[in-house]
Amino acid sequence: MASTDTEIVVEDPNAPSDDSPPVTSVRAVDVVVSLLLLTLALVLAVDNWRTGMSWDFAGPQAGYFPFYLSVILGGACIYGLVGAYRSRAETAQAFVTRDQLRRVLQVFVPTLLFCVFMQWLGLYVASFLLVGGFMWRIGRIVVWKSLLTSALFSLIMFATFEIAFNVIMPKGPVEALFGY
Amino acid sequence: MEAFSLLLHGFSVLLTWKTLALMMVGLVLGIFVGVLPGLGGPNGVAILLPLTFTMDPTSAIVMLSCIYWGALFGGAITSILFNIPGEAWSVATTFDGYPMAQQGRAAEALTAAFTSSFIGSFVAVLLITFLAPSIASFALRFGPPEFFAVYLLTFCSFVGLGREEKHKIVISMTFGLLLAGVGMDTVSGQLRMTFGWSELYRGINFLVAVIGLFGISEILLTMEERLALRGHTARISLGVVLKVWKELPRYWVTLLRSSAIGCWLGITPGGAIAASFMSYNLAKRFAKDKESFGKGRIEGVFAPETAAHASGTAALLPMLALGIPGSGTAAILLGGLLVWGLNPGPLLFVEHKSFVWGLIASMYLGNVVGFLLVLTTVPVFASILRVPFSAVAPMIVVSCAIGAYAIQNAMFDIWWMLLFGVVGYVFKKIGIPLAPFTLALVLGNRAEDAFRLSMIGSGGDLLVFWSNGLVGSIATLALVLLFWPLISSAIQRFRKKEG
Repeated sequence: MASTDTEIVVEDPNAPSDDSPPVTSVRAVDVVVSLLLLTLALVLAVDNWRTGMSWDFAGPQAGYFPFYLSVILGGACIYGLVGAYRSRAETAQAFVTRDQLRRVLQVFVPTLLFCVFMQWLGLYVASFLLVGGFMWRIGRIVVWKSLLTSALFSLIMFATFEIAFNVIMPKGPVEALFGY
Repeated sequence: MEAFSLLLHGFSVLLTWKTLALMMVGLVLGIFVGVLPGLGGPNGVAILLPLTFTMDPTSAIVMLSCIYWGALFGGAITSILFNIPGEAWSVATTFDGYPMAQQGRAAEALTAAFTSSFIGSFVAVLLITFLAPSIASFALRFGPPEFFAVYLLTFCSFVGLGREEKHKIVISMTFGLLLAGVGMDTVSGQLRMTFGWSELYRGINFLVAVIGLFGISEILLTMEERLALRGHTARISLGVVLKVWKELPRYWVTLLRSSAIGCWLGITPGGAIAASFMSYNLAKRFAKDKESFGKGRIEGVFAPETAAHASGTAALLPMLALGIPGSGTAAILLGGLLVWGLNPGPLLFVEHKSFVWGLIASMYLGNVVGFLLVLTTVPVFASILRVPFSAVAPMIVVSCAIGAYAIQNAMFDIWWMLLFGVVGYVFKKIGIPLAPFTLALVLGNRAEDAFRLSMIGSGGDLLVFWSNGLVGSIATLALVLLFWPLISSAIQRFRKKEG
């Protein structure tokens, strides 16, 4: 039987292309992460050693358990680093391509801005800006549709959390105008 | 029979209009979450958790677990119609589900998926009903050494049985355990790993981390991919349903075997992903015409779906009976229990009977209602995928932020969420598994307390973990599992020599 009922089609015009050059390799990131975690393990080991990692009259001290955990974490990182060093010859798999990174930043930067603006404008206004701006600029959806969707979304969120479920969110000057 | 009467009591707790309405809301939200790209069971549950903060625990857990059932059902829809597995455990469903849809048998494949999911869950719920109370009452005799041994067993089995590189599992787990220890030490009251930073005094909240790790990072990962899709729509008619059901008895062995695999891997931390693949492969191995698999064979849908649901449901058994979650989602539900002021573990069955049995009853009811709901509403949910991702992505981000903030009303948690989002993204891409991290973060303090209390009790003698038959065998089993890769390769080498 032939497929006759292909009905839902969604296009993605600015999808990352398959031949986009890699920004960095999995191995490189793996090494960087291992080094960062190794540093963290060392810092935490020292801190826990200071807190007290031995025994006193009430059993193990506060730093005992985490001290040994940081030792194990550090050991596992070193093991990974040695492994990565040995497997140098292997072909490097791309961690992220340039196109992919562009797309990831397209969502990460607005998210970061949303978190910053939330402090002054409150969550609901910031979410209106994020959803509307994202749909319009990144999704290339007509302005009125983007704004209408984001306004409705923010209102529904406000009604659900603030009014129906009594979950209090950070609010800003706009909500204050309406007495919230 | 005691379980039966308690279950009836559970149903009586459940059968109020309010709870039933919440159940429906949970199921619809869950299917929605399961169908949407970039979201799935654990993310959905984590993001929607704050909705339940002001509810009583029973309503809250009923709604959350229904979100979970809904997400499990929803995953099958995209696998079959679009060849996009919403979750890793629905990958095996695409092998035969999508070819069926291509042959114009989408409705049949969906009915098969939903029915087998229902059967899988049902078997697992039966297991929970009759086994969990006995395990819990047995565990009431546990002291700190036994509990620590059980935690150790959980952690070690992750390392020994995990399919990822071993050192990465260890990194993930120790990192989680360390973060769990940040803040005030629960035994001595001393501050540790805070570096004088007051924001760290109360520790790193598990749920905030989960929302970042699963919610934000998933959005980042989804954006990387080509989001174009092409799929089929399906309307399920009564005729198709009856046709599939008529075929069911022929596959009883597959269904039973898959349920058993699912239940086993759900209780142990093998998980739904392993269960679905294993069950698909076994169904293929035992079939007479192996070639027909992968070309639209209905058994290829029955096997992985039954196992995935049985496993997803059975993962709640150790959570309820011992306070040890069997999966990422179960870990988040456990985080929820803590927020609602309940102490997960064997005492739950004694102190909060209505809660536990209400939850178990809701598993029965939620699955029946969810099953009927998906059968009747597939076209509506399939069309959700028409909504552009550029609208969905920021909305998910906002929902994550609401979730992260609501937990402790702290702005600082929003930044933690963002940080964990990046950590989750990087970890996933370099193959550091997130499940051990989640488990370690939620169980860290409890494991440490159990360890230290055992040490205080024994005066620092580690042999306390081998002081009686029970704790000794659990601790030994834990060590065997930890070194299982070495042991099994040694056995193989020995066999080769013999051969």
